[in-house]
Amino acid sequence: MRSLRGLLPVMILALCHAAWAQSPTYGLGRTPSAEEIRAWDIAISPTGKELPPGSGTAKEGAQLYTQKCAACHGTTGSGGPAPMLIKPQSASTSSGPCVAPCIREGNVMALHSPYATTIWDYINRGMPLSQEGTLKPNEVYALTAFLLYKNGVIQEDDVLDAQSLPQVKMPNRDGYALPEWKPGMPRPFSAKP
Amino acid sequence: MASKKASRRGFLKAGAAAAAMSAMQSAGAQAAVPQAQPQKSLKELVGYGERSHFVTSVRVPVVERPSPDQFGLIFHVLTPLQDQVGSITPSSLHFVGTHRGSIVPDFDPKDYRLMIHGMVDRPLEFTMDELKRFPSVSRVHFIECLGNHSRPEYTTVQQTHGLTSSSEWTGVPLSVLLKEVGVQKGAAWVVSEGSEEVKGAGSFRLAKAMDDCLVAYGQNGEPLRPQQGFPLRLLVPGFEGIYNTKWLRRIKVVDRYYMTYNDYGHIQKDEEIAALTFQWGPKSVITFPSGGQQLPGPGIYQLTGLAWSGGGAVRKVEVSTDGGQTWKEAEIRGAVHPKAHTRFGMNWKWDGQECVLQSRCIDELGQVQPTRAQLAQHFKVTPDYYKTHGVQGSDNMIQPWRVASDGSVHNAIA
Repeated sequence: MRSLRGLLPVMILALCHAAWAQSPTYGLGRTPSAEEIRAWDIAISPTGKELPPGSGTAKEGAQLYTQKCAACHGTTGSGGPAPMLIKPQSASTSSGPCVAPCIREGNVMALHSPYATTIWDYINRGMPLSQEGTLKPNEVYALTAFLLYKNGVIQEDDVLDAQSLPQVKMPNRDGYALPEWKPGMPRPFSAKP
Repeated sequence: MASKKASRRGFLKAGAAAAAMSAMQSAGAQAAVPQAQPQKSLKELVGYGERSHFVTSVRVPVVERPSPDQFGLIFHVLTPLQDQVGSITPSSLHFVGTHRGSIVPDFDPKDYRLMIHGMVDRPLEFTMDELKRFPSVSRVHFIECLGNHSRPEYTTVQQTHGLTSSSEWTGVPLSVLLKEVGVQKGAAWVVSEGSEEVKGAGSFRLAKAMDDCLVAYGQNGEPLRPQQGFPLRLLVPGFEGIYNTKWLRRIKVVDRYYMTYNDYGHIQKDEEIAALTFQWGPKSVITFPSGGQQLPGPGIYQLTGLAWSGGGAVRKVEVSTDGGQTWKEAEIRGAVHPKAHTRFGMNWKWDGQECVLQSRCIDELGQVQPTRAQLAQHFKVTPDYYKTHGVQGSDNMIQPWRVASDGSVHNAIA
């Protein structure tokens, strides 16, 4: 008790210091509830930590694809007016203007994206056209599984969920660079006057 | 003497008119007071002024993609740089680059919220009114789309360079807001996200967020235009356009790169090309004389253009009128702001002979704008490579214009 009493002023000082060091300057704004944060927290880390509960397989996804995606992306996942989703077995003959984002054989998402989480994120926030944000988590898992299966990345009966999706071995896992950046840093190439 | 007479006559006339007026007023409310008929709507005369009907400069869609496309979506429209004076782009003429551009979200600022959360001590949500209670800054910055590139088949500077615009942006430094929420140890990246139907989102380094980013609500003295993210957007000065998240609703502080919606289409395997992509290099272009314009004949002209750099302020602009053999320093004609369009110009006497005009920008970091040949040499390809391939990184190459002996001006990118 005596020792605690002796420590108390030190503890109070330490707490005050911590609070002072981190206290807000303006005190504006309100604290969102955990539920409000979860509702908006839709960017999915490669670790998958924001993924919601739910699951899906390629078989379930095939049916959904026909209903919700094929009209724009083509029944085979290529040849539609919207970006290619399934790389065709034979070389594509498409040569017309490519709608943005321009996606052809070389950058089909299931093959080009280093992370399966990016595909989940993309479908969840951006698809289908004019009904964005309406797909349920199970449907997004199923469609992601379907695209990965049709491009030969996973097996037809693999179940994707918050645990298995980030573990999918993506063929282009190391296919991107993240250059350092600091204020005042020049680009790596400059001409000589 | 004559003027005195005139003014005396004027005084007498005015006196007579005043007397007549007061007589009419006393005669009753029905008296006819002469009135000029407004030539234009009161909305314009009193409320919000329009430019002269003689001024017809407009944005146009990019050459190779319809805006909007068959889905009513793709929307890339180009600023008419050839008609612009000074260094500020009129808000109505700011370029638009978006994949969902024909759908312009309509957000009521009264209900609008910005949330900042993730690796922070205090996740917070701000209304627009609360954001305006933070200290604001106004800074001039360009925004340029990565798709801004010159091609031989483009004829005008609007086509070769129109996906860049410069405005005075007003808002709260992102660093102020991040200090307010208290960034935690281990945080290294931020994800910014919009509130439009696809919630467009991208990731960039926390070092940039703490450096010079702006949570902006103002553009050229008034609220942001809807196509520019009304009521709130992010400014990531000097970085490629897609980082400047419009309709900003959320910033999440995280420990790693997220690779989300906007990031995916811009990933690069090669580290050098990736670095050449996300931060714009020193760049400039002559806007007069430029492609599609016509000189009436030999004589004196003001050669003028714009220079800018994602690395900082423009230090110097040089102009060559002989196809790059000799260079002369141009005058900086206006204020020089970091990462902003900067107006340059010089007296130029055209002798009526065919010639090639070009400019190059040197920025405060000492970076020099390259020619196509210099870039090709660096990447060990022939200059012909660019006829069939895109530029490595973002296109900041020198733009040559050929003035033919008949005074017509042409794109001289081979």
